[in-house]
Amino acid sequence: MRRAIDHFSMLRRDDRVLVAVSGGKDSLMAWDVLRSLGYDADGLYVGLGIGDYSAESLRYARGFAQERGGHLIEIDVPAAYGYDIPSGSRAAGRVPCSACGLSKRHLFNQAARDGGYDVVVTGHNLDDEAAVLLGNVTRWNESYLARQYPVLPASEGFVRKVKPLVRLSERETAAYCVIQGIDYIVDECPMADGNRHLGYKEVLNDLEDRSPGSKAAFVFGFLDRVHARFAADVEDERATLAACEQCGAPTPLEVCAFCRLRERAAAGARSGT
Amino acid sequence: MKVLLRNPKREVEIEGPISVFALLRRLDINPESVLVIRGDTLATKEEELADDDHVEIRPVISGGAGRARRP
Repeated sequence: MRRAIDHFSMLRRDDRVLVAVSGGKDSLMAWDVLRSLGYDADGLYVGLGIGDYSAESLRYARGFAQERGGHLIEIDVPAAYGYDIPSGSRAAGRVPCSACGLSKRHLFNQAARDGGYDVVVTGHNLDDEAAVLLGNVTRWNESYLARQYPVLPASEGFVRKVKPLVRLSERETAAYCVIQGIDYIVDECPMADGNRHLGYKEVLNDLEDRSPGSKAAFVFGFLDRVHARFAADVEDERATLAACEQCGAPTPLEVCAFCRLRERAAAGARSGT
Repeated sequence: MKVLLRNPKREVEIEGPISVFALLRRLDINPESVLVIRGDTLATKEEELADDDHVEIRPVISGGAGRARRP
């Protein structure tokens, strides 16, 4: 993790760091290692109202914080914003993983800005990045390829966002937690079952089994040799962003995607859909 | 030996001794997608598991939305 932090200039020694913690192996490992490296790192847990799964994942996040003396910030989406992922995604006409990802991206950034943090750390690992890259390449989605990088620098309305686990596979992050005695939620989110992202991971694991090193070569070949060709598009898009009329977050429209999701979810709840 | 599997959580009985690698092949599980834990210790692919071992095969694949998006 140290190597990734240094190679991509992810963190400064005096940064106030906010780690997005899900209760899973990756984010708990990231938080644990950052603390052991001496960073001023707090945790952020976002409860998404996914029944027993959310309750259980919160228990693991709290357990880690209490056991190791970390400060954990908690946001409960149903209580604070009036929707949960199962019903909110239905009302908004989005697949659950899309509504979940949109909500988390917005809330991580918002919480970091509100709390005066310099950087948000997420637990995306090598397998995550390889799966996302495969999806983006399969569809030749150039704007997503431009944004796929372990560091998204700060810009107007956005806190810096970094992925220090980018060099580590899922087996390695899970093994770290077992060896360090970190309890984490093993069960997968019930809403993610059968999603495209997991399908890409299975394909990549088959490839890795036949040809070890494929995932790392795929991701780091892209980052080192290809990414820069797409990166100029990001600057163009950021130049067109303005503040959301409702929450002030940067958006290309008058109202940001998060506020639109929240409105549609609330309307759905009122009409009973 | 008793082997704990997940998603869904269940236990199966497999005759030992058997290597970790052979156990995973017998259960048609990709070694890249799991950790094998004997007692509370990680077991490597080459290790031999005894008939009286308690083994957990723990999936490591996680993730819903992972796409890097802004805005």
